[in-house]
Amino acid sequence: MSERRPAAASHRLPVLKTHKVYVGGKFPRSESGRFDRTLAPDGTPIANICRCSRKDVRDAVTAARAAQAGWAARTAYNRGQVLYRIAEMLEGRSGQFGALLAAGGATPDEAAAEVQAATDRLLHYAGWTDKFQQVFSSVNPVATSHFNFSILEPMGVVGVLAPESPLLGLVSSIAPAIAGGNTTVVLVTGSQPLPATTFGEVLNSSDVPGGVVNILTGRRDEMLAPLAAHRDVDALLLCSPDPDVARSAEIEAVHNLKRVAVRPHEDWTDVQSPYEITDLQEVKTTWHPIGS
Amino acid sequence: MTKSTQTTGPAAPKLRLGGGDGWGYAPAPESTDHVELRGRYGLFIDGEFVDAKGGRTFETANPATEEKIADVALASDADVDAAVAAARRAYDEVWSQLAPRERGKYVYRIARVLQERSRELAITESLDGGKPIRESRDVDIPLAAAHFFYYAGWADKLDYAFPGRDARPLGVAGQVIPWNFPLLMAAWKIAPAIAAGNTVVLKPAETTPLTALKLAEIIRDAGVPPGVVNIVTGAGETGAAVVQHEDVDKVAFTGSTEVGKLIRRALAGSGKHYTLELGGKAANLVFEDAAVDQAVEGIVNGIFFNQGHVCCAGSRLLVQESVAEEVISKLKDRMETLIVGDPLDKNTDIGAINSRAQLDKIEEYLEIGEAEGAEPFQTSCPVPERGYWCRPTLFLRASQSHRVVQEEIFGPVLAVQTFRTVDEGIAMANNTPYGLSGGVWSDKGAKAFRVTSRIRAGVLWANTYNKFDPTAPFGGYKESGIGREGGLAGLHAYLQPEAAA
Repeated sequence: MSERRPAAASHRLPVLKTHKVYVGGKFPRSESGRFDRTLAPDGTPIANICRCSRKDVRDAVTAARAAQAGWAARTAYNRGQVLYRIAEMLEGRSGQFGALLAAGGATPDEAAAEVQAATDRLLHYAGWTDKFQQVFSSVNPVATSHFNFSILEPMGVVGVLAPESPLLGLVSSIAPAIAGGNTTVVLVTGSQPLPATTFGEVLNSSDVPGGVVNILTGRRDEMLAPLAAHRDVDALLLCSPDPDVARSAEIEAVHNLKRVAVRPHEDWTDVQSPYEITDLQEVKTTWHPIGS
Repeated sequence: MTKSTQTTGPAAPKLRLGGGDGWGYAPAPESTDHVELRGRYGLFIDGEFVDAKGGRTFETANPATEEKIADVALASDADVDAAVAAARRAYDEVWSQLAPRERGKYVYRIARVLQERSRELAITESLDGGKPIRESRDVDIPLAAAHFFYYAGWADKLDYAFPGRDARPLGVAGQVIPWNFPLLMAAWKIAPAIAAGNTVVLKPAETTPLTALKLAEIIRDAGVPPGVVNIVTGAGETGAAVVQHEDVDKVAFTGSTEVGKLIRRALAGSGKHYTLELGGKAANLVFEDAAVDQAVEGIVNGIFFNQGHVCCAGSRLLVQESVAEEVISKLKDRMETLIVGDPLDKNTDIGAINSRAQLDKIEEYLEIGEAEGAEPFQTSCPVPERGYWCRPTLFLRASQSHRVVQEEIFGPVLAVQTFRTVDEGIAMANNTPYGLSGGVWSDKGAKAFRVTSRIRAGVLWANTYNKFDPTAPFGGYKESGIGREGGLAGLHAYLQPEAAA
């Protein structure tokens, strides 16, 4: 909005962007019609974002559930290629994301480094999709005549409270969840939501099926409780250093015994490991008799 | 129907084998004369048996005779405090300082003495809990020993278990176990915990404390340092004191989903580690291409093993419509051969219901099932006059909304439904808040793999049921629990998640 001064005759008036949410592969506005203003560090308004409601949360869960079985049924190879494609698209938009991070207060060098780290993180998890199962599943040498094995299966629909870290943290929370076949409802409640709304566009042009990642913007105190209590959400990834936030969400999660992973990190540089994937996986053990 | 009266379902077919006047089995009771049971048991704290502070006790009884076996100390909050303090001290000063190989040797010793005393333990288990001696002898006790043996070997190999992670123990584990597999559940809890370097405070169920206390003797006699394992007996309040104790780093609970949720709520925001192994309502799916006689054996094993007091019991039978008549007819015939009675008799198939309270709950469900319109069938076998008994029971024509289909009964009661297509069978199997286990019966391998992969549950048995092994992770999806016991996944539950430096 800093570009809203009157255009001189020699200037072209820029086209400003409407930041919408990303649900089911589409870019709707909040059903509530409400908005919040995003500010630069100096207090200047930058953009309006959707202030999503509990009903938006429910719609997003519906979209995530609808997409889950299909996404989990993709081959690991295919999921890896889709994640790789996200990295390609992000790399191609590095200038745009750098500018968004700079508008949020990062220096140009910091902004560029964060975009690169986020891109590399996607690449990292793209490579894990067809490997974590090999590392972490097992054939169990039972003492009876059975072929017995334990494999990892996605937990299902994962509700993500995205961290304050606007791009690297966002990507680091979403990528391992979807790499393992989960679908996600991501609540973006930090002070810099624009990289997240723009990341929705990256996802939408990356062969990610609609509904695999759903991104809502708004206020944590309006969206987190309904998401944490929702009976069709299987797990929560709570990226917040505030223990009270985790505690209240964990209590809501007891209704259907959601699995809860807490990530209190503020610096996401090193939050990268296959355990970020396996923490959102169930272990299934299957017994088959061996005989004639 | 219900209780010990005659069946009111369709007339039971005449027995073809095993029953009838000329074909009865002579009693074959297991001798109990070499089993030493004391009249009074204390708490096992810091390597010694002690009375509860204040001297409170409760009785444990034989559910097959309703006779008291022993008085057992009832641990108060102060006793739990003492046990946790002993565990903390042992963790800080001894157990965490010990070379992993030596730690493993202690755990191996426990496994060996369990094997040596297996007959005594099996008899004690059947006396105190009511399960048939054949099961305590052939399943519970050998698996308990195997569990210690398996995890003992992990003690000096933890660095190889989880790549990129530091294998550090959590500290003190507070553990609460149920009455359906008393010694086996104690083994599932204690073995991985102490092999990984933790110390424990374990609370057995109030109706079945005796084998855990015998395990305490074994642990003491094995020379395990005092405080590494502490066993506090009591009821729900004692268990609550264990899991809510602020100096406990890890909580492991096996029991009902209701209590599991209370525990989970109490742990919210604490950052403590936990594993919950809770209820189930597993579907056992029989397809038209199944080997019917094998499937019938699997159905019987799935629901009548241990009187149906099994969280992973196959308590919902889903039969494909085209074979339903044959399967159900053969199932009824087979059920008529099941012998209900003296748990110590080696011929007994179904022992005593664990307690009066549990029998009341089962009988309430028998009334509910009938009132809701399911069609009951109960076998006609005789049951003893004293003790707590329930004949094997079916509810035919049960529907998805029936409480006997939705809720865990934890008794020898099987709800029967039919389905037409594979997809319908899978959808019905998954239509439950639980997700502990499931069974699939089909001679088509591809179908068995497809169905087991689509059932949302932690343990799937294809053409078998109720098999357990220390190397095989066990635990639930959805409201059946969080975390796994057994195998590598069970070891993971007792180690720190931190990345290696």
